[in-house]
Amino acid sequence: MQRIPRAEPILSVRDLKTYFRPDEGVVRAVDGASFDLYPGRTLGIVGESGCGKSVTARSILRIVDRPGKVEGGAMLLRRSDGRVVDLAAIDESSSEMRDIRGGEIGYVFQEPMSSLSVFYTIGNQLIEAVRRHRKISGKEARHRAIELLQLVGIPRAEQRIDSYSFELSGGLRQRVMIALALAAEPRILIADEPTTALDVTTQAQILELIRKIQTERDLAVVLITHDMGVIAEMADTVSVMYLGKVVESGSVDTIFHAPKHPYTQALLRSIPSVLAEPRSRLATIVGSIPHPYARPLGCPFHPRCQSAIPGTCDKHSPAATALDAEHDVRCFLSSELAETDA
Amino acid sequence: MTNERIVLSVEGLKKYFQIRKGILRRVVGSVKAVDDISFKISHGETLSLVGESGCGKTTTSRCILRAIRPTAGAIRFSTSDNRNVDVASLTRPELRPLRRQMQMIFQDPYSSLNPRMTIADIIGEPLLVNRVGDLAARRRRVAELLDLVQLPRAYMNRFPHAFSGGQRQRIGIARALAVNPALIVADEPVSALDVSVQAQIINLLLELQERLGLSYLFVAHDLSVVKHVSHRVAVMYVGRIVELAPTKNLFRSPRHPYTEALLSAVPVPDPRKRAKRIVLAGEVADPSRVPSGCAFHPRCPYAVERCKQEIPQLQSVEGQGMVACHRANELVLAGVATEA
Repeated sequence: MQRIPRAEPILSVRDLKTYFRPDEGVVRAVDGASFDLYPGRTLGIVGESGCGKSVTARSILRIVDRPGKVEGGAMLLRRSDGRVVDLAAIDESSSEMRDIRGGEIGYVFQEPMSSLSVFYTIGNQLIEAVRRHRKISGKEARHRAIELLQLVGIPRAEQRIDSYSFELSGGLRQRVMIALALAAEPRILIADEPTTALDVTTQAQILELIRKIQTERDLAVVLITHDMGVIAEMADTVSVMYLGKVVESGSVDTIFHAPKHPYTQALLRSIPSVLAEPRSRLATIVGSIPHPYARPLGCPFHPRCQSAIPGTCDKHSPAATALDAEHDVRCFLSSELAETDA
Repeated sequence: MTNERIVLSVEGLKKYFQIRKGILRRVVGSVKAVDDISFKISHGETLSLVGESGCGKTTTSRCILRAIRPTAGAIRFSTSDNRNVDVASLTRPELRPLRRQMQMIFQDPYSSLNPRMTIADIIGEPLLVNRVGDLAARRRRVAELLDLVQLPRAYMNRFPHAFSGGQRQRIGIARALAVNPALIVADEPVSALDVSVQAQIINLLLELQERLGLSYLFVAHDLSVVKHVSHRVAVMYVGRIVELAPTKNLFRSPRHPYTEALLSAVPVPDPRKRAKRIVLAGEVADPSRVPSGCAFHPRCPYAVERCKQEIPQLQSVEGQGMVACHRANELVLAGVATEA
């Protein structure tokens, strides 16, 4: 069951910090996230609203909206020619970054309707994406576009290529988005809530498709979602985020069956499950997620944590502690009082 | 658990929308959004309507609240003074006194509260509209309602923007309860909330039901949530109910192939239970071009010739509930186990 990670990660993110500095102050949207991506494996990033999971994805692609900025850390990408580049250090509008975005890293977002143009046919958009990264003739590119549509399971691809996005259903649109993401044969696919807007039977189809393409192409996949069910279904390793911090990361089995962080534990207890007794009460997490400007001092979860240690968790921020090779936790309950920043 | 007093009885409900084209706005077709559905809800009971987009679940709830006028059918509501009225046939003025007894909880807690009104005004508005009590009495009632939904009374004079999604949903629930309704129609009340907050609202809805003897018509697409709130579940597909059964039976041993596929498609939050999913081919049928016979037949792995020709009727099956499938008695379908 457990696959051994290959020695070389394709992308290593270390201590990523993406802050937003509007006039009112600073929002630490991502505050020290670290993880590795390996070919053929899926990293699931899970968390509730405001945890920074989408900003993490946008930081990797260097498409963070103003006034947000990648302010610290490293994102080391091993490019297909063997060179290692730090995505945090290069200019976001440089030709190299544009090459990487779409070329090495494909991405799929939640809302297929707002990510696709309504002025061009899906064929125009696919052909543009294919030719952006490869020098081939228009005819070849069209042929390639049809192949891509077939790959993502769009029936009658030869005809559908000339349709507009608004003529397609949500599920088909999301398939087109995946085809677009794959147009330049990237080695990494970032999918941010790719099935949240879809019906459950369509969701099952799209997840199956992502899995199939991943196996065929040995893709490294980053799957970002709030849905623990989707994570359990798809991920090899999981990073759980809360208010900009990765509070716990580990193999999918560890996260679901031996979680150590109180937030992960509480989150798992509070999710409704189809396996539950009908009309059973759910365990709840007290309170709600704080406003980004009102981030608590110390461990961001302490005001909602049942096991918070007064004088410690409300004053100091816990460092990441490695429990084993794959399992990291940011919690004083799992570490000696390792003080980092006050 | 529930007594047998029927609060709502829907009989043969239909809602067709006409498709008009051209300058003359000629009717060129119709969308059968809801096509001949029937169900009952008892006092203190939760019935959930589940299904995917376009199945008609929201249209059904809107017909019951008479936000729209049904094309055909009866919606019998048992009033607090024990009269039995057909909501479907009433005129607007006749509906007015009934509206107090049926209230609604909305999906989006951000757009369903007026940002210019204080919490006291929002929760007190149904009282004002229905001319209940004077100002002081209304303030007292609002305070009681805030207690009921577990919000501090001090929030009364604040505006909605100061609240989180979960708190706003509590305010929406308090507003719905203000006029002591017998029936609450809740359309996706937790789907816009974060998981940790969703659990709080589900628990609150269960508690309020027990304390106040409310009946719920719960409209949702998330089967996990539905399992936590329902006594019975009706599964809809393209305007029709395909299966209606007690919650436990429906999840453990579905009798309709669509129910089986829906259950199979729900991701289970346990990586050790990754199962081979039934992945349905194609997509939900377009309600303006419903397939012949059983609307589900083009996607059904068990379809036979008869399914293409004859529309199956909703019939009782032994030990279960009601199923609309020609092969209900011969198929053995997989459900999901309930864990202790």
